Amino acid sequence: MIQIHADVKHHYEGKSVVDVDASYESGKLYAILGPNGSGKSTLLRILSFIEEPDTGGVDFVESGRPLIKDIQLKHRIVMVPDRRGLFNDTVLENVQYGLKVRKISKSERSVIAEETLETVGLLDKQKVNALVLSNGEAQRLCLAMALAVSPEIILLDEPTASLDPYNAAMVEDIIKDMKSRVQLVLLVTHNMFQAERLSDIVTFMYEGRVIETSETRKFFKSPESIHAREFLKGETVY
Amino acid sequence: MLQQAFSKAFTLILGIDQSLFEIVFLSLKVSGLALLIATIIGFAITIILELFKSPFKGITVTIINTFTGLPPVVVGLGLYIILSRSGPLGFLSLLYSPAAMVIAQVILAVPIVASVSHAAVSSTGNSVRQTALCLGATRFQAISAVLLDARYSLMASVINAFGRVMAEVGAVLIVGGNIAHYTRVMTTAIAMETDRGDFELAIALGIILLALSFCINLFFYSMQRKGAKR
Repeated sequence: MIQIHADVKHHYEGKSVVDVDASYESGKLYAILGPNGSGKSTLLRILSFIEEPDTGGVDFVESGRPLIKDIQLKHRIVMVPDRRGLFNDTVLENVQYGLKVRKISKSERSVIAEETLETVGLLDKQKVNALVLSNGEAQRLCLAMALAVSPEIILLDEPTASLDPYNAAMVEDIIKDMKSRVQLVLLVTHNMFQAERLSDIVTFMYEGRVIETSETRKFFKSPESIHAREFLKGETVY
Repeated sequence: MLQQAFSKAFTLILGIDQSLFEIVFLSLKVSGLALLIATIIGFAITIILELFKSPFKGITVTIINTFTGLPPVVVGLGLYIILSRSGPLGFLSLLYSPAAMVIAQVILAVPIVASVSHAAVSSTGNSVRQTALCLGATRFQAISAVLLDARYSLMASVINAFGRVMAEVGAVLIVGGNIAHYTRVMTTAIAMETDRGDFELAIALGIILLALSFCINLFFYSMQRKGAKR
């Protein structure tokens, strides 16, 4: 059972500041909800070690013991890559990348990769170059790349952005299925309906700060903060 | 006259003329070695530029881009001064040697390799590096992934540099001296034979130079076509 405690301050996009003090517990799917520019993606990048915060840090605790931030811990946490960053190689090679980094043997790699591609419905595309996939297929491949390494924590940043409803539904199904495979899922989205459909807990962010964290049902029924209420009503909070 | 020159040129090529093949072999040796060294240095520059966020990155890239247009005679002159007996590296006694020619070609090729490869890597490099980092790669593994991903564009940088070093005459003439059986390469031999009026050998060398460039470029092109999707 892993817990994350983040207490960070970080400048992003030139002048804005992410100032977050938050905890995430395993066994849950958190939706980090908020308008564009509220610092959601920056927070996710800090949690996944891709960006170093200006001050403060992120602590990972397992069964009451703090974990050392080494490569082993890094390998337990995966952020689903962006579609624009797919490798100029076959779908199969793309899925195997995380396994190669973890020094998994070649034979094991191809078995895992094929299994994972089957779960996202891309097994028939394994020999195709990843750069010619449609948006929906590319997004499913990105999810497969993350799932293939069997992470304990998965971080997703707007996984259904610019997808049509059919592909968005497919991606959401894969995310729902993640709950049974992964200890902790953090999903960044500005889509409140998606947050309601998928998450157990909603963390609402506004102007770089976590304004409210509550159970999804409660958040959507009676949000505590004015900003969250306005956001849910579709009123401008920018 | 031209027809006669061409027919003699083909006789020289088909007859496997000793002196002709000596010149061709030295050309390939000097340019091949220079290209290898320039590729290593050029890729290293690209890696350093990508790996470290430096405030001098912009100016460094501008300087490298400027150096892609270095006039070979200027490089030859500069290197001549440095390698001449009274120059700072005169004690190495490298002037008028194949080594000096390799150095000159490396100086000319490095900016081309670095400039083209950096342009290739910086266009898609950031998103590919992010993907590698997302999946648990170290910084070094992420840079390797970027280079591997841009392999076809990196190959283009080597092709460009190859064209430059194979066609180059000014610098190798100054620092090599066009010494028979020692530093005479195809381009310097063509220049000399043209001066002397021996067009047959000059044309024969010209044909070989073009044919070699064509074959090598064809090889690179077929490799690029195989996998390039970006």
